[in-house]
Amino acid sequence: MNKQFLGALAVTTALSPVAAMAQTEVQFWHAFTGRLGELVKAQVEEFNASQDEFVVVESHKGNYSETLNAGIAAFRAGEQPHILMVFEVGTATMMSAEGAIKPVYEVMAESGASFDPDAYIGAVKGYYTTTDGEMLSLPFNSSTPVLWVNRDAFEAAGVDPDTDLSTWEKVGDVLEQLKAGGEDCPLVTAWQSWIHLENLSAYHDVPFASQDNGFAGLNTELMLNGPAQVAHLTAMGDWAKDGKFIYTGRRNEGGANFRAGECALFTESSAGYAGISSEAEFEFDVRPLPYWEALVSEPQNTIIGGASLWVMEGHDPEAYKGVGEFLSFLSSSGVQASWHQNTGYLPITADAGDVTRAAGFYEQNPGTDIAVIQMTAKEPTANSKGLRLGSFDQIRGIIDEELEAVWSGEKTAQEAMDSAKERGDALLRRFESANQ
Amino acid sequence: MEKRVTFRGWLLPLALIAPQVIISAVFFFYPAGQAVWQSLFIPDPFGLSSQFVGLGNFEFLLSDKFYRASFVTTAVFSTLVTLCSMIPALFLAVIADRLVKGSGVYRTLLIWPYAVAPAVAGVLWLFMFNTRVGVVSWYLGQLGYDWNHVLNGTEAMGLVVVASAWGRISYNFLFFFAALQSVPRSVIEAAAIDGARFWRRFFTIVLPLLSPTAFFLLVVNVVYAFFETFGVIHTITGGGPQQATTILVYKVFSDGFVGQDLGSSSAQSVILLIVVGLLTVIQFKYVEKRVHY
Repeated sequence: MNKQFLGALAVTTALSPVAAMAQTEVQFWHAFTGRLGELVKAQVEEFNASQDEFVVVESHKGNYSETLNAGIAAFRAGEQPHILMVFEVGTATMMSAEGAIKPVYEVMAESGASFDPDAYIGAVKGYYTTTDGEMLSLPFNSSTPVLWVNRDAFEAAGVDPDTDLSTWEKVGDVLEQLKAGGEDCPLVTAWQSWIHLENLSAYHDVPFASQDNGFAGLNTELMLNGPAQVAHLTAMGDWAKDGKFIYTGRRNEGGANFRAGECALFTESSAGYAGISSEAEFEFDVRPLPYWEALVSEPQNTIIGGASLWVMEGHDPEAYKGVGEFLSFLSSSGVQASWHQNTGYLPITADAGDVTRAAGFYEQNPGTDIAVIQMTAKEPTANSKGLRLGSFDQIRGIIDEELEAVWSGEKTAQEAMDSAKERGDALLRRFESANQ
Repeated sequence: MEKRVTFRGWLLPLALIAPQVIISAVFFFYPAGQAVWQSLFIPDPFGLSSQFVGLGNFEFLLSDKFYRASFVTTAVFSTLVTLCSMIPALFLAVIADRLVKGSGVYRTLLIWPYAVAPAVAGVLWLFMFNTRVGVVSWYLGQLGYDWNHVLNGTEAMGLVVVASAWGRISYNFLFFFAALQSVPRSVIEAAAIDGARFWRRFFTIVLPLLSPTAFFLLVVNVVYAFFETFGVIHTITGGGPQQATTILVYKVFSDGFVGQDLGSSSAQSVILLIVVGLLTVIQFKYVEKRVHY
């Protein structure tokens, strides 16, 4: 590990432009490749060019899980970066690592960089903030699930593409019509646990786990086997049985099918925008995530997915000053607005959203503001602030397994969720005892 | 009478075995010891604190019915991978051995799959069997069979077995082929003169003479199926659907590297070590007795 790290360090420093002696270096490890990787690089270069006191060195460390692992292994070897990107699922792991992380509010206060916690959008920042309102990590890329519509597929099946899809009841009727019209892939999804359980719970203002979804303490238990979740999964299970909902895999495998024009409806993150807009050779539009009219008269807000930036402990005060400056730069309206417009990720400050709106972006790209509205229309409740559960990556794996049993008809939704709760709770107890 | 080399002092023999001992100690005993030690703790991922739990990790694992089920999955998987990689390899080797012309080309072509990394092989097979865009699944669909390894556990198991065994056939082929070449022609000719047909000659003469090679390959392939098939499973199924393809070593990875639960992961490594150790002992004790060198 150590050697590999030194190798990577040598390469990145050799490649980074002028690393003059006087400049303080700030290491930034992230998980982005391709288009997103280029955009991150551009942000870093812009920051480096804007001042000559600090130089940020960005390096790609693999996917989300691999980046987190690289950070943890580096910390154990005493070679940790200053800034580490961690996906939302790893939040509880990072929060519990007192002594390994330096909370962002502390970094900002010490560095004297400009920082206004109220500038950040509540539903985004809430995920990464303590119950006392102190920001622990800086939200970086955040998205929320929406419903993507293939208008051509609707027309081919003889269904009006402008039909109302605001509730799952209506979507159910439309799936029936699509199926009858010869569509053999009416609905696919990406990230089933995130969209159809975690977000479903927040959207209908029911708890996913006790202790305010884990925000209030480690002694939390899953509550995903409640009536709202079971009702939704039962309907989805029935749709799967009738060939109206096609299951393609645990991650975003369904995206390939939707972008190829094979499917009519697709529940996926708003950040799917970049891929869909560049690949889709059909007319598409974006709708808010549907809700069950039978459960609520109007939906709460959805929650985010994505990653945030954590500052690691164990560096010089001078370097932390650089970290503060960089994080402050990342939060500025201009940087955020262009990030939001290029990627489909949510802006992290309300100001960046206003700048985007003023520039007429939403009118030129209809639907791109739906995610923002869906997230911010209502003040988040204890059930819709986010999730903070230990071992959550593994718990999602358990949920995936149990959902597969529902889709294949082996278990009823209630049986599957009862079992997911039992298995997930065992991991939560283990996490609790490891972090006491 | 056995031949023995006797050394006069201790220094030279010690110096001669030192490299082997040092390498084993550094790369095997030390990490294995660490795994055993860590299996007694629940540490936090960053190594900031750790809590001694004795055999708690083992208790936690063995009381988990999914972990116990994973033993059965592993047994099924390893047996199938071993059979599917050895039998076709032997068959191909026998055929190649009978070729008079062009056996060099045939041999070279058969070795190629071995050069493909397991993870890449996994992706390759995944593309062919992709439920929506795969070539093979499309043809199966034409025949009226609805292939869906994403939801059907049996199909998923079949797919990972084939993908794991595929590259391994090359490896086994090489060994079988070399062994076949060393079967004395005179014995076979004598049997032929006695009127034994090809398959009879094969089962009564060739196969027993191949048994040392087959035994070696059995051990090596079981170890392969236990430890090295991880890449294939990771790329094709990720252990699913449900836990249909979660073999023991995959669980070590997912708990340790995805779940950051190093205590449980270490305990699983220790259990795996014991299982493979026992298997090898059984193989040497019982199977080897039937091997003729």
